[in-house]
Amino acid sequence: MNNWKVFVNGLVKENPTFVLLLGMCPTLGTTSSALNGMSMGLATMFVLICSNMAISAVKKLVPDLVRIPAYIVIIATFVTVVQLCMEAYTPALYASLGLYIPLIVVNCIVLGRAESFAAKNGVVASGFDGLGIGLGFTWALTLLGACREALGTGKIFGLAFMPEEYGSLIFILAPGAFIVLGYLIAIVNKLRKA
Amino acid sequence: MEKSLYISPSPHIHGGDSISKNMYGVLIALIPAFLVSLYYFGLGALIVTLVSVVSCVLFEYLIQKFIMKKEPTICDGSAILTGVLLAFNVPSNLPVWIIMLGALFAIGVAKMSFGGLGNNIFNPALAGRAFLLISFPAQMTTWPLVDATSAFPLTYTDAETGATVLSLLNEGVKELPSYTSLLIGNHGGSLGEVSAIALLLGFAYMLWKKIITWHVPVTIILTVFAFTGIMHLVNPETYASPFLHILSGGLMLGAIFMATDYVTSPMTKKGMVIYAIGIGLLTSIIRLFGSYPEGMSFAILIMNSLTPLINAYVKPKHFGEK
Amino acid sequence: MLIVLTGICVIAGAILAAVYNMTAGPIAEAQALALEQAIKDVTPEFNNRPSEEAFMSVTPEGDSLKIYPAKMDGKLVGVAVESSNKNYKAFSGDIKVVVGFDAEGKILNYSVQQHSETPGLGAKMQDWFSDENKPKQNIKGRQMPEKGLSVSKDGGDVDAITAATITSRAFLDAVNRAYSAFMNTDATSSATSNNEKGGNDHE
Repeated sequence: MNNWKVFVNGLVKENPTFVLLLGMCPTLGTTSSALNGMSMGLATMFVLICSNMAISAVKKLVPDLVRIPAYIVIIATFVTVVQLCMEAYTPALYASLGLYIPLIVVNCIVLGRAESFAAKNGVVASGFDGLGIGLGFTWALTLLGACREALGTGKIFGLAFMPEEYGSLIFILAPGAFIVLGYLIAIVNKLRKA
Repeated sequence: MEKSLYISPSPHIHGGDSISKNMYGVLIALIPAFLVSLYYFGLGALIVTLVSVVSCVLFEYLIQKFIMKKEPTICDGSAILTGVLLAFNVPSNLPVWIIMLGALFAIGVAKMSFGGLGNNIFNPALAGRAFLLISFPAQMTTWPLVDATSAFPLTYTDAETGATVLSLLNEGVKELPSYTSLLIGNHGGSLGEVSAIALLLGFAYMLWKKIITWHVPVTIILTVFAFTGIMHLVNPETYASPFLHILSGGLMLGAIFMATDYVTSPMTKKGMVIYAIGIGLLTSIIRLFGSYPEGMSFAILIMNSLTPLINAYVKPKHFGEK
Repeated sequence: MLIVLTGICVIAGAILAAVYNMTAGPIAEAQALALEQAIKDVTPEFNNRPSEEAFMSVTPEGDSLKIYPAKMDGKLVGVAVESSNKNYKAFSGDIKVVVGFDAEGKILNYSVQQHSETPGLGAKMQDWFSDENKPKQNIKGRQMPEKGLSVSKDGGDVDAITAATITSRAFLDAVNRAYSAFMNTDATSSATSNNEKGGNDHE
């Protein structure tokens, strides 16, 4: 498989959020604004690329019996790196996303790609897979966050386009996450089939 | 409907004519409560109800015609009923655009997204109300003050605002309206919920016309009465009298008109009783221990979602079955 | 198997140790900066390090709150008090605020640090009680009354947040507790400030 195909695959055809429906916890929990969604997506993308490449590099060394623990340790290491860097250099973002960053460890996208792709493919291809899936996750979360922010507060990326009191608060709360996600999945599926 | 003989435990849509017959029957039963709200809330009540009904019917028509691409069925009265019930569940000083958003949510999200009448899991009017309550909490929890001396006041969004009995209770206020004013509707609250007598009149009419059975409303009221009664006996200081609980808030309106919705409530009598006890318990728990003063609408919505499960477990017996 | 797993763990540990060392400084700095910013927001201009001179003070009810004195050239110009509600429960969770007073005990400003109130209702408290166009709900610049601030529904003169009286009560409770802690330490705090001033002179 060539790397370009691997990369594009994650963007639409196997989009983790809208098609594979993986990693729903951060998807629903962190997308209260476009910026939060995008940051979460980028953090996950970084972990995906690094862990995919690292796992692909060590895949021959790791015995099958301890495969999962070894992968989890690798993933957790990169997640902690992201968390520490975020806390140090973007404290405001860390304040709003902090709770969800450690959860990237158990995000099934990361382990899922490690198992189904990185463990079977080369380092470079795994890197591209991480990039594609990560970008797919990022655009999905950004779109979801933008819709929720727009409906809930009348802003997109913090830029107001209507007075805030006309926003429906439900969309920046948990129930709104489910409602918007449901409609976005329906629309994306309709467009994919068309 | 590919299969001509498709038998499911629930919900059964009544044959063509009787949908509209029952819907209009319920609408007639709502007239007394509407008259009371006109008397106390005046112009506001009229505007809110009209806007709500018109937008519900309009959204139903537009969605059926242009998105679902089928013959609109707005004449069956179900959208009108949703509109009236939505209006009855909101304060009469709610701005027009908020009501329209609520109608859009009720019809578009809660009803049409699931496939229209007969397929919706949640009562559309209540889903609309829950949406509004979470989205616009400030506007949804400031009710116009009732001035008993003036009939049909000409105020709308400029009306003076006050609290409801339950929000007073929640804040720990001791002076509450008397039982008489709770019965006739002389106190703050959502449009259609203020007068217990008017709602009971509607209940009697629907029982007489056999539109609904007594099981759901009576069980809900008894459950709430029993639960809040026990808590009141345990600690009269903290927990208000059970009479106050069954006469205040949306309990009567919800028990009689919304929990009995055919589509979203169980099929069998036994199922109805289980469902109604669930609503009664959840309502009491939310009222007494939750942070929202009123829990009726959330309780009904939660039990709506359990209705398919109740239907699956409480099936009507086959003939000859033990 | 054991060797591989151990090896991975050792490498992971080494990476984390390196990153931790690298970020420990900036993290501490960022946290100190956030606190400093909150103090700066609620007190008059100062040129000492309030977080280094912070001390605990006991309220009449017996709880201790942390007080950050703000000094200009060694003279006390105001304090920031870290407080939370206690006598009135908030809607959900606790409300944590930093309240700033000037040396005479007038409320200068406040900053809500943490809360889990309902968005659109109680969550409006940061803006609600500091709206300078609405004197009935603004608490900035107020001299604290004897019994503390309370909402108009309870006989006080602060307008509660629309449809969020419970939050408003809890919030004002936190402010009142901050004030009583500050008042309780007025004598001691000036004593400490003198001592410290003396200490600084010797250096």
